Amino acid sequence: MPEITREEVAHLARLSRLALEDAELDALAAQLDVILGAVAQISQVTEAADVPPTTHAVPLENVTRPDVVRPSLDRDTVLAAAPAAEDGRFRVPRILDAE
Amino acid sequence: MSEPAVPYAEALREFEPVIGLETHVELGTASKMFCGCDASFGAEPNTHTCPVCLGLPGALPVVNARAIESTVRIGLALHCDIASWCRFARKNYFYPDMPKNFQTSQYDEPLCTDGYLDVEVPVEGGTAETVRIPIERVHLEEDTGKSLHVGGATGRIHGASHSLVDYNRAGIPLVEIVTKPVAGTGARPAEVAKAYVTELRDVLRGLGVSDVRMEQGSLRCDVNVSLNPPGAPWGTRSETKNVNSLRSVERAVRSEVERQAARLRAGQRIVQETRHFHEDSGLSTSGRSKEEATDYRYFPEPDLVPVAPDPEWVAELRADLPEAPSVLRRRQIGSLGLSELDSAAMVNAGALDLVLATVAAGAPAAEARNWWLGPLAQAANAGGVEPADLPITPDQVARVVAIVAEGSLTPGLARQVVEGVLAGEGGPDQVIRARGLAVVSDEGVLAAAVDEALAASPDAADKVRSGKVAAVGALVGAVMKATRGQADATVVRRLLLERLGVSE
Repeated sequence: MPEITREEVAHLARLSRLALEDAELDALAAQLDVILGAVAQISQVTEAADVPPTTHAVPLENVTRPDVVRPSLDRDTVLAAAPAAEDGRFRVPRILDAE
Repeated sequence: MSEPAVPYAEALREFEPVIGLETHVELGTASKMFCGCDASFGAEPNTHTCPVCLGLPGALPVVNARAIESTVRIGLALHCDIASWCRFARKNYFYPDMPKNFQTSQYDEPLCTDGYLDVEVPVEGGTAETVRIPIERVHLEEDTGKSLHVGGATGRIHGASHSLVDYNRAGIPLVEIVTKPVAGTGARPAEVAKAYVTELRDVLRGLGVSDVRMEQGSLRCDVNVSLNPPGAPWGTRSETKNVNSLRSVERAVRSEVERQAARLRAGQRIVQETRHFHEDSGLSTSGRSKEEATDYRYFPEPDLVPVAPDPEWVAELRADLPEAPSVLRRRQIGSLGLSELDSAAMVNAGALDLVLATVAAGAPAAEARNWWLGPLAQAANAGGVEPADLPITPDQVARVVAIVAEGSLTPGLARQVVEGVLAGEGGPDQVIRARGLAVVSDEGVLAAAVDEALAASPDAADKVRSGKVAAVGALVGAVMKATRGQADATVVRRLLLERLGVSE
C-alpha cells in the first residue's frame, strides 16, 4: 500500500508552483513513497519507546533577542540580487493569476 | 456593480445575524519580529531589509522578546489563558508579498486563548448596553510586504501589468486577535462590531503596544457576517477584508447584512468567499472563493525553538496591567461630576477622550462637555467625520473657554472664534486678532450705543425706571446687537441702569 498517490503529488506540485510532467509525477510518487516509508519506520520505533515528537534537535526554549534595531542591508545591494527592480522596489510579474 | 439590498433594519427583522472579527495589530516594537531591522513606518522602500526578512538562504530568525511580552499582555488584557508552551508554524503560500514563500505564524498552538472583551454599545435614548465579545485566540505572526500594482487604472491589481514590492513591512510583528462567532446582536450587529473594534483599539492603546493607527494600517480588520432565519442553524459566512476605519467596520457589516438578506430572500445561497471592502462606496465586491479550501501545509517552524512563558513572569505582567479603558472611563467620568446620560452621550459621540483632554487643559467639565457635544459635535456631523478628526484640539477649546472666563469673549464671540479655528484660520488667539473679535468693555465706546438703545426704546426705559429691572434685558440685547456681539454685557447692563437711575 503506497503512502502517497500520484494525485497527491500533483496537488503538492501545484501548491509549490512546480510544473511537473506526467512521467515526473510517477517517478516522484515512487521516491516520496520510499521517504515516507522511512519516516513511518522511525515513528514505529519512537511510539514503541514512548518518545514524544519534536521539531527541534536541541532541547532549548525561549531563545529571544532584545528589541534593538541593527543596521539593515544597503538597498542597492539588496536590489542587485533581484531578477528585476524598479523605483527602489522589487519588480515581479503580475500576480492576478495566483488569486 | 452594486448588488440588490434589503434595508438594514428590515433585513434584521427577517434574519438573525452572526458576526466575527479578525483584527490584525502591528506591534510598536523598535525592531522586526525575527531580525534587527527597523520596524518604523514611512521609510524609503526596501531600506529596512536583511537576509532574515528577505528569506535569503541560511539566514536564521531570532524571536523579539518584546513582541512576546506585548502579545502576552494583550492576551491578559483580554482575559485569555496564556499558553505554558507553544510554537511558531510555517504557513506556506506563494505570493510575492512574502519573500520567504511562507509566513511565520502560529497555528494550533496560539500564545493566548479563550478570553473576552466587554464593550458598550449605544442604544436608543442615548444610553449604552454592555455586550460581552468572546475571544477565540490571540497569536503572534509577522506582517507581509506591500505591493504596488503598476499599469492598472487606479493602482488596483486588475489590469496591472506587473507589481512592485517593498519589504520594509515584511517581518514587522503582527498580532492577530480573533473573536468567536458573536450571535444574539439582534438589530445591531454593525454597531456591536464598531463598538468592539473601538474598545479593542483603546485597550491596545492603553497597553502602549501599538500606535493603533487604522489609516496607516497598524490596525486592520476582517469582518465575518452570516444570516440565518430565526431559530435556524447559522448561515454561510462571508469574510470582508480591507476594513480600515471604525466607520468602515460599521458600514461593512451593514452592507453585507443588506446584501445577504436580498440573496436569501430571493432563495439564492451565500457563497463562502473573501470580499473586498471599498472605502469610497461603502460596499464590497467578491474576491477569492474559499470553496476550494486553502491548503497552507502548516508545520512547526524548525528554525525557532518553543516559547514557554514562565508563569511567574506572566503573573508579574498581569499585576502590572494598566487599568482597563472601560474602568478608567467610569472613574474619569465620575471625577468630572457629569451625569450617566452625559457620559453615555460622550462615549457614543466619540467625544469622551476629547472632553477629558479639554478638562486636563484647564476647562471646567461642564464647559468642555457643552462644546464637544454641542457646536463641535454638529460640526463633526456636518463634515461626516469623527470629532477627534476635527481641525481643533482640546487645548484650543480650553483656551477659548479660558478667554470667555476672563471676560475677553462673550459666548457668541467664542462660537465665532471656534468657527474660525475650524475653518483653518489659526489658533484661538490668532482668530481673535484677525477677526477683531475682542469684547468691548471701554465705557466711552459703549456709552454711545447705550444712549442710542435708550432713545430707540423709551417704553423699555420707562419700565425699568418704574422698577421692572428685568426689562433691562431687551436694552442690553439692543446694545449687543448694535455692537455685533462684541460688547461686555455686564458693563452694558451697569451703564444702562446708571443712566436710568436704578440701583439693584
